[in-house]
Amino acid sequence: MTTAEQTQSPPQPLINWRGLWQNIVQAALSVVLSLVVGGILLLLSGRNPLEAYESLYYGAFGTTDRFTETLVKATPLLLIAVSVSISFRCQYWNIGAEGQMILGSIFSVWVALNVTGLPTLPHLALCFVAGALGGALWSLIAGVLKAYLQANEVITTSMLNYIAVYLLAYLVRGPMIDPGGFNFPQSRLIPDALELPRLVERTRLNASFIVALVAAALVLVFWRSTWGRRTEIVGASRRVAAHVGLNIPRTVLLVAGVSGALTGIAGWGEIFGLHFRLIEEIARGYGTLGIVVALLGGLNPVGMVISAFLFASLVVGGNAMERNANVPFALVDVIQGCVILLVLSRAYLFKRASSS
Amino acid sequence: MNWDLVTYSFVVGVLASAVRWATPILFAALGEVFTERSGILNLGLEGIMLMGALSGFVGAYNTGSLWAGVLVAAATGMVMGLLMAFVSVTAKANQVVAGLGITILGGGLSTLLFRLFFGLRSKPPTIKTFGTEPIPLLSEIPVLGRMFFSHNVMVYLAFVLVGVGWYVLYRTRYGLALRAVGERPEAVDTRGLNVTRLRYSALMIGGALAGIGGAYLPLANLGLFWTQMTAGRGFIAVAVVVFSRWDPVRALVGALVFGGAAALQTALQTLEAPIPSELLLMMPYIVTIIVLVGVSRRAEFPSAFAVPYSRGEG
Repeated sequence: MTTAEQTQSPPQPLINWRGLWQNIVQAALSVVLSLVVGGILLLLSGRNPLEAYESLYYGAFGTTDRFTETLVKATPLLLIAVSVSISFRCQYWNIGAEGQMILGSIFSVWVALNVTGLPTLPHLALCFVAGALGGALWSLIAGVLKAYLQANEVITTSMLNYIAVYLLAYLVRGPMIDPGGFNFPQSRLIPDALELPRLVERTRLNASFIVALVAAALVLVFWRSTWGRRTEIVGASRRVAAHVGLNIPRTVLLVAGVSGALTGIAGWGEIFGLHFRLIEEIARGYGTLGIVVALLGGLNPVGMVISAFLFASLVVGGNAMERNANVPFALVDVIQGCVILLVLSRAYLFKRASSS
Repeated sequence: MNWDLVTYSFVVGVLASAVRWATPILFAALGEVFTERSGILNLGLEGIMLMGALSGFVGAYNTGSLWAGVLVAAATGMVMGLLMAFVSVTAKANQVVAGLGITILGGGLSTLLFRLFFGLRSKPPTIKTFGTEPIPLLSEIPVLGRMFFSHNVMVYLAFVLVGVGWYVLYRTRYGLALRAVGERPEAVDTRGLNVTRLRYSALMIGGALAGIGGAYLPLANLGLFWTQMTAGRGFIAVAVVVFSRWDPVRALVGALVFGGAAALQTALQTLEAPIPSELLLMMPYIVTIIVLVGVSRRAEFPSAFAVPYSRGEG
């Protein structure tokens, strides 16, 4: 499993100011084209795409409430995208965000419910660490199998996603079920004191949003550190990295661990900021969304903040659209797929378009 | 655990069900053998299978003919393969990410189209599936007869395609060219063969077979369609291809391993094994990881694997 890595073009510099404008234009065009594709599908099925998109827009931005809800959704997307950007820049194709987020949620809820006698802040901090650890350990399973046994991480991480989903389903029906929950598949609520503070009164926007922004900022520091540079060299060329004496398996483990931890933190944020208990849907759909956000953002932090916001608004608006205009939410999934394929082929497509 | 149920007939039944579980994975894996032999990694199988499942179901529902469903699924898979070919061969994009894009697109599009075609219903639309048609004489062989020769026609089709795939790959000029293009594309190019066209054709074969594999679920097994019904079979098929070392016959063996894990899992549920069903359901995925780990170190990928070809470079 080495040929794939040797010949990939090296990742672009972290922030390439000269190319930035062009990238933004191309990314925006990719999104617009994807919306057009979605619109055509609606049109063919006899629905009015303008009405659908209007409903989507009002759903995402119509009121202050809707707007904060968009920020709420952007929080896990940004954290997962940052995680994806680290692994993808290393050409380590970790697509296991969903499973890692689930394990982060399980670990942090377990600590919240079972560790007692700690003051609030240290307890909350311990839950945070447990979340990061849960995500990191789950991710490291695939990391170890890749680093030492050359097992393709796309397969192992996707399998681990399914395994995590069943593990969570088992826990919330068995060992961790809420005894007072009428057999509903969910855990007990975490103690009130551990709930993250709200940033805006009477909305769901909470402190985990700040955590996500800090993570996006910290990743800039990461890329400037020795570890970050190592990661980037290994990503650019396994051969060069081996030639200059870098330990490739150890770098892969580092990347798997860090990206898993970030995704685990996303799970922690969803629990302690929003749901306050384990539920089965905790991570549903976030894995693919995180990948799309990372790729549309060009794997750089600024781009990912923008695209996380964009996709959060599509998700929030898409839910409203399903309710109000009776247009299936799956339209947003189609747009995601189109965006990836367009972003990937944009160099080819737009070069053609501008030269003809 | 209810051991009384374990009779001769039960065990043979489990083996036969392993073959049925293996079939959709086998279709997709056979196609992926061709695709990967040409030097392209198509990780979009999952999405293509979902589109095959959706289009096969819709095709059969609207025409009343299951075979029409199979054809529609193959055609849809081919179009998805074509899309993958455009992104990975023509636009020379990273194949891993392109495959993820295809998977996400296929998952979304199949869900969306299903809703647009059928709306929200209290009772899901259903079709009658391919029935069991035992092959005369062969089906009367003890054990093997029920295991391999008492199934629906799509299972037999998969067996036949194993042979056809082997023949095309090793005994035809097209197969030779395909194997060469995955190893030394520049040599194929200098001989005057079209690298791009060969890889496009391989992706379209792979897409068509993945489409049929996806369609197996509604047409031969369940009679229904639901969102994400392939449940990772596309990724498992990619693992089977690594296991098979890019050989159609060994792909059959690999698919049977996973079919066996799935069949064992359902058998244990029937026997009321003292293991929660959620944990049993993990089994095929855990087996996939274990098998993949077991074969990965020895795997020799085609030399030009996952490398876009550009004339005059390198």
